[in-house]
Amino acid sequence: MSNIGSYDKRAKNFDWNIAEKELDYKDGDLINIGWYCSDRICEMGKADKMALIWEGHAGKAKKYTYNDIRLTSNTIGDFLRGLGIKAEDRVCLFMDKIPELYLGFLGILKIGAIAQPLFSAFGDESLFVRLDNAQTRAIITQKKHVSKIRKIIDKMPYLEFIIVVDHDPSKPLQEREIAFNLEETPNVENIEIHPTKAESPSVLHYTSGTTGQPKGVKHVHYSLISQYLTTKWVLDLREDDVYWCTADPGWVTGTSYGIIGPFSLGVTQCVLDAGFSADNWYRFIEQYRVTVWYSAPTAIRSLMKAGDDVVKKYDLSSLRHLASVGEPLNSEAVIWSEKVFGKPFYDTYWQTETGSIMISNFPGMKVKPGSMGLAFPGIDSCVVDVNTYEPIKETGKVGLIAFRPGWPAMMRTYWRNEEVYNKKFQNGWYIPGDRSSIDNEGYFWFVGRDDDVINTGGHLVSPFEVESALLEHEAVAESAVVSKPDFVNMEVVKAFVNLKPGFEPSKELDLKIMNFVRKKLSPLAMPQEIEFVDSLPKTRSGKIMRRILHAKEWGEEIGDTSTLEDD
Amino acid sequence: MEEMLENVKEYVIDEYVEDDTEITYDTPLITGGIVDSFSMVSLKRFLENKYEISIPDDKATPEAFDSINKICALVKEYMG
Repeated sequence: MSNIGSYDKRAKNFDWNIAEKELDYKDGDLINIGWYCSDRICEMGKADKMALIWEGHAGKAKKYTYNDIRLTSNTIGDFLRGLGIKAEDRVCLFMDKIPELYLGFLGILKIGAIAQPLFSAFGDESLFVRLDNAQTRAIITQKKHVSKIRKIIDKMPYLEFIIVVDHDPSKPLQEREIAFNLEETPNVENIEIHPTKAESPSVLHYTSGTTGQPKGVKHVHYSLISQYLTTKWVLDLREDDVYWCTADPGWVTGTSYGIIGPFSLGVTQCVLDAGFSADNWYRFIEQYRVTVWYSAPTAIRSLMKAGDDVVKKYDLSSLRHLASVGEPLNSEAVIWSEKVFGKPFYDTYWQTETGSIMISNFPGMKVKPGSMGLAFPGIDSCVVDVNTYEPIKETGKVGLIAFRPGWPAMMRTYWRNEEVYNKKFQNGWYIPGDRSSIDNEGYFWFVGRDDDVINTGGHLVSPFEVESALLEHEAVAESAVVSKPDFVNMEVVKAFVNLKPGFEPSKELDLKIMNFVRKKLSPLAMPQEIEFVDSLPKTRSGKIMRRILHAKEWGEEIGDTSTLEDD
Repeated sequence: MEEMLENVKEYVIDEYVEDDTEITYDTPLITGGIVDSFSMVSLKRFLENKYEISIPDDKATPEAFDSINKICALVKEYMG
């Protein structure tokens, strides 16, 4: 029997109170995610239970019990407090998936500061716009990433501390840099947990939109209620599970379901900090006897591409439940997983702003391959008309996915951007920006984004950001960025580039521009293809018409071009 | 072969290594987290430009790109 039991019964009798009771939380109580994920589990008698099994490159491995994560997060929190970091100060985590990332996250929350995790592959420009928006006071990082911070440090007077967790003492530290080696720092047995309440800010995750700079999605400590219950009911985590969430905590899945969910449930989880290879992933599942695996369609399709023979080399019989998030899971991937693992991947749908799973295929229920599943109990959802925002009654008709605001993990605002936040609500609904239909059994079927944002490998990339970066290259006069189809990543970035006089298209220039964007923004944002063009399609008012280029890439109808400029 | 190994090594260090991590011909690039799957596209493009070859997408796997030695073996295969 799964944790959720009967979906219909749960949906009929739902109240978030279920999670509050299990977490011994009452309205008005103090609530601190850092404490719930470590101290509370120890107080429940599970101090010696394994919390985190970490494996890095070249066979490096570390293990932490719940008491270890309690102590180490205390130690990091105490160190930050000693520097003068106060409640609601933003502390950025800019690291690979090393233990300090997970432990630092909890330590930051324990002292009431706001954790701002950022993907460690971000280039200096991506890093700067996010730190600048948040006015981040401290950043915790590794020596391999310090050079990116040094490039932009002069523009950030508010960034007082650059904390390097693996500093090489033979190398000099520069201005504002501090060495902090967790293993060499005595454990702090007790730390005063900051008295955070339900609406105290906890996490600031950045997400990209069609226009403008990335938005800082503000979450609060009360998000725990949704994250705890969705982990329990959707991912079906149980006392004896060994859980592997492959997401990087630089993105929301890596914190909601890679830290908060499993640790608040007191479950053992594994982390693999190594690049992708099918052999290594299967070996990891076999070695640690992983039972529940939460991954992404991109990874699943990469495994499909690696073939079925490699699966047979490993004993994957420990796997009990598989789930997926980040982008639509195509039916072929569901069918393939049933064939090779003997069980399907259960697709889940949510986004940075929702903070927790909103629509899902639930354990024990019928999976319709290619469908997103049903709304989580208690989530009032529908699809609405794109113009009127009225709910669509007809089954199968495409509209915008809409959720009635009010679930615990809902974002509270976009950091310093209330105006854009308010635009996310229409006719009393929160609109995530995705199109879908609903069938006669209530299953959602994903259709696509309602804007130009590119979802590549489950990560959102703003065409505006890439176009802005391209314009900074000396050879680029103007550009337009769209998605193009890709088997593994669903979509990848493609750029149409018009060169300045004096520059000629060449393979060398193509590669130079690709690498320029990769270093400035991130590998995700790097155009996988650049097409040099003499001009770009524009409206009569001069606005580049991305939709024409997009339609061309996807083999779709171009539609009305009556506003195109005369050539 | 030695020249190719050195050329690829120099490119990898220039483009993908942020600090003073030592890179040998056998350093795991993909599984070692030095080159991610998205960046593999630019590395493949470099090899194709430099050696005037075309590597089929299904041969440009994380396994085949996991070290400079493996990359050069792949390149040699397509140089004929």
